Amino acid sequence: MSRGFIEKQAFRALAMFTVLLTTFLAGCSDNEINYNGKDISGLMPELEFNLINSEGDQVTAGDYSGKVKMMFFGFTSCPDICPTVMQTLNRAASGLPPELQDEVLTLFVSVDPKRDTPERLDKYVSFFGENIVGLTGKESQLRGLAKRYRTTFGYGESNENGDYDVSHSSAIYIFDRQGDARLLIRPDLGAEKINQDLIALAQKDS
Amino acid sequence: MSLLGYLLPYDFSPLTILSYMLVLGFYGVGLLRMPDEDRPGALRIFAFVLGVMACYGVMQTRFDYYAQYMFFVHRGQHLILHHIGPILIALSNPSPIMRFWYAKISPGLRNTLRPVGWIYQALQYPLIALILFVGLIYFWLWPSIHFDAMLSRDLYWIMNWSMLLDGLLFWWLIFDPRPPAITSSLGYGKRMLILAAAGVLQMLLGAWIVFSREMVYDVYEVCGRAWPLDPEVDQLLGGMLTYIPPAMMSVLGILLILRRAMHEDGKYSKSSKQSKEPVQ
Repeated sequence: MSRGFIEKQAFRALAMFTVLLTTFLAGCSDNEINYNGKDISGLMPELEFNLINSEGDQVTAGDYSGKVKMMFFGFTSCPDICPTVMQTLNRAASGLPPELQDEVLTLFVSVDPKRDTPERLDKYVSFFGENIVGLTGKESQLRGLAKRYRTTFGYGESNENGDYDVSHSSAIYIFDRQGDARLLIRPDLGAEKINQDLIALAQKDS
Repeated sequence: MSLLGYLLPYDFSPLTILSYMLVLGFYGVGLLRMPDEDRPGALRIFAFVLGVMACYGVMQTRFDYYAQYMFFVHRGQHLILHHIGPILIALSNPSPIMRFWYAKISPGLRNTLRPVGWIYQALQYPLIALILFVGLIYFWLWPSIHFDAMLSRDLYWIMNWSMLLDGLLFWWLIFDPRPPAITSSLGYGKRMLILAAAGVLQMLLGAWIVFSREMVYDVYEVCGRAWPLDPEVDQLLGGMLTYIPPAMMSVLGILLILRRAMHEDGKYSKSSKQSKEPVQ
């Protein structure tokens, strides 16, 4: 096989590789609406879980279909991140136009089932406003859900009072009415921008 | 967690397990069936199995969990997939086993596989190999691409497999055991140049991560860490793993090539060069 022939084939292959890479990259940035949050359409699977709500009932993702959902992992003894995020989400949701108020749900998933009983969860979510669903479950179920959304949580050492820290995701996952993963919100985005994204998403699907 | 918990895959990938089983299976059966005089020694077999198992270990054990949720463990994972594992495999020189299996392929199948050979030849052009090797590191560490790769299961697997396959290609080019004086393998000078360039380019990236004062890779912040570790410490450790060990691998590689070059110096006269082999 001559060197020239190999060279020709080599460059043909390289050209093909470049075309494929460009197509791949172009496919990644196919946006119709410019959301403030990070568009995760196609990156993450649709919402699916099997947990218990703050009334102690078994629930699945299907029970909340038809609504736009904001999912957040946390725990009720959380000193700073969770309360701040919950307030931000509540501000974002309460700023929605009246007709969309009941179209958006916040799913607060507690990853600390040892301390967060359904009653405790109920008190916590009611404190932060309406249309918030408290969810928890067995640690294995929570691990499954966290893994599905490429996140994790961990428990720190207990102090003399039996309190311990819980490391968890600070991201908010937004799912559309069909349950497809749509946006990933960093908590520092702010209520106003989250509100704009929620409106865009709720109106798009209605 | 039990020992079994640490050894079992965090994210079970049948395709990955099958690939490793096939590689080890073909290697093992090849070893048993090949003529005694061609069979590699115990040290080479050990190096090969160690390299393969190291790559398997970081992909299909609990290690992968920590690699997904800690930046510095992720860098350690890529150090093994892109450097240490492939280096061990390339240095073990499995070519006698490859030759043994190649001889068993029917001519018809060899013809069908020809395009694979062309792609291989293209990817093994020194400049393309270098761009691919360093480019992949830069590509997957590009903050927005890294973010997506850590969020998407599919992209994550593509990332890890692309690093492993490219690592194998690159280090095979570098440590190709055939002497360049009498075969078409890459000349020692070019090999050393590629290694030096790869080392410098990786050091630039590593140094940039180490000396970044703000969070460059915040996906671990967003998605939660495996345990509560200061994000800056995580990024610093990850940066150092990108900065120092790969540079050391380049130096080590250059020394090994230099040793081989000195060993072969004057061993092959120009007249013994096979004319049918294309010269690089």
